[in-house]
Amino acid sequence: MKIYDGKYILVGLVIFIVLATFPVWFNHGKAAPPPDPKLDTPVISQMINKQCVLPKDEMITGHMRLLNDWRTEVVRNGKRMYVASDGKTYEMSLQNECMRCHSNKSQFCDQCHNYAGLQKDADPYCWNCHIAPKENK
Amino acid sequence: METGRRNFLKIGGICALGLGSLRVVNAFGKTETPKFTANLQALTAKRWAMAIDMKKCWEKGPPGCTDCVLACHSTHNVPDIGTQKEEIKWIWEEKYENVFPGQESGMEPEAIREKPFMVLCNHCKHAPCTRVCPTQATFKRADGITMMDFHRCIGCRYCMAGCPFGARSFNFRDPRPYIKTELNPAFPTRDRGVVEKCNFCEERLAAGKMPACVEACKCKALCFGDLEDPNSEVRKALGSQFSIRRRPELGTEPGVYYII
Repeated sequence: MKIYDGKYILVGLVIFIVLATFPVWFNHGKAAPPPDPKLDTPVISQMINKQCVLPKDEMITGHMRLLNDWRTEVVRNGKRMYVASDGKTYEMSLQNECMRCHSNKSQFCDQCHNYAGLQKDADPYCWNCHIAPKENK
Repeated sequence: METGRRNFLKIGGICALGLGSLRVVNAFGKTETPKFTANLQALTAKRWAMAIDMKKCWEKGPPGCTDCVLACHSTHNVPDIGTQKEEIKWIWEEKYENVFPGQESGMEPEAIREKPFMVLCNHCKHAPCTRVCPTQATFKRADGITMMDFHRCIGCRYCMAGCPFGARSFNFRDPRPYIKTELNPAFPTRDRGVVEKCNFCEERLAAGKMPACVEACKCKALCFGDLEDPNSEVRKALGSQFSIRRRPELGTEPGVYYII
């Protein structure tokens, strides 16, 4: 079998395959470390019963929905207190309540958000307005 | 298995009844306490309003006093951009001719024409800003406060065009580098591309505190309270002295009264 201009075609094919698979072999063996949100803030370490407003699993999958519901209740309905299922009440405030315990934004929020490729200042853009607590780095 | 039409209809009926009762069971099952409640120590009113006694402000206050402005702007992280076009203001000074256009007789005492008036969002009963907002980012609360939901604001600035009092400011740029006062960690800043204005300190009212400007004024020139409560501070102030509102001809019914 004879391929017309086979030389050029083969060289072109090789270049194409190298370029197309570039991301695969360039990043090979350099897996990003899995996110490791830290819960070692001073406030949390002093808590006897380490319990957030919802069970951990529900917080992991539904914290964004919870925050959105909180926003609606506080801003639009003027209700500022959340009664958890264990009867404890919390002020519905990202800046003043969530971050009171989770005062380590870079070690907590950012861990997963960066890993999942959520861009800084884009999505979620909570921190464009809300003030993150000061961290000792 | 063989079954007649009669049996089939019977079983079908029972199944339909069972499915229908699901809703009833669900309704009975959901008797838990409401998850969201208002703060117990919050101050509440039927309609919040303010009376500004300019006589007290001019006579008792030291000349050039801006305590109310400073208190408000530091409480709410209001930036100081430095140019008039991009100025962000919640409460500020304005001259008589600009505060009460069309109401001047032209023969007012010199003092009234020259002295500064404190102006802020009027929290109008019929607020034009809330009517023109396409996303309902600004809306009327049941207690009369014209509220801003910064999350929803798309920055179209219709509300600024709609407001006849110029009470709204637009963030043309990220305001954070321009906040000259110490950052109040309890209140958010704003983002580029949203409109902001006075919120009658609704976040302080929810915590049982009076508005920052009212608290900061040493000569008690600002009275705040429930307009529909005859024993409130505002009603006492308004009941004892003659007062005017800004641009009454527009029918927006401002909630800020001026005693001159």
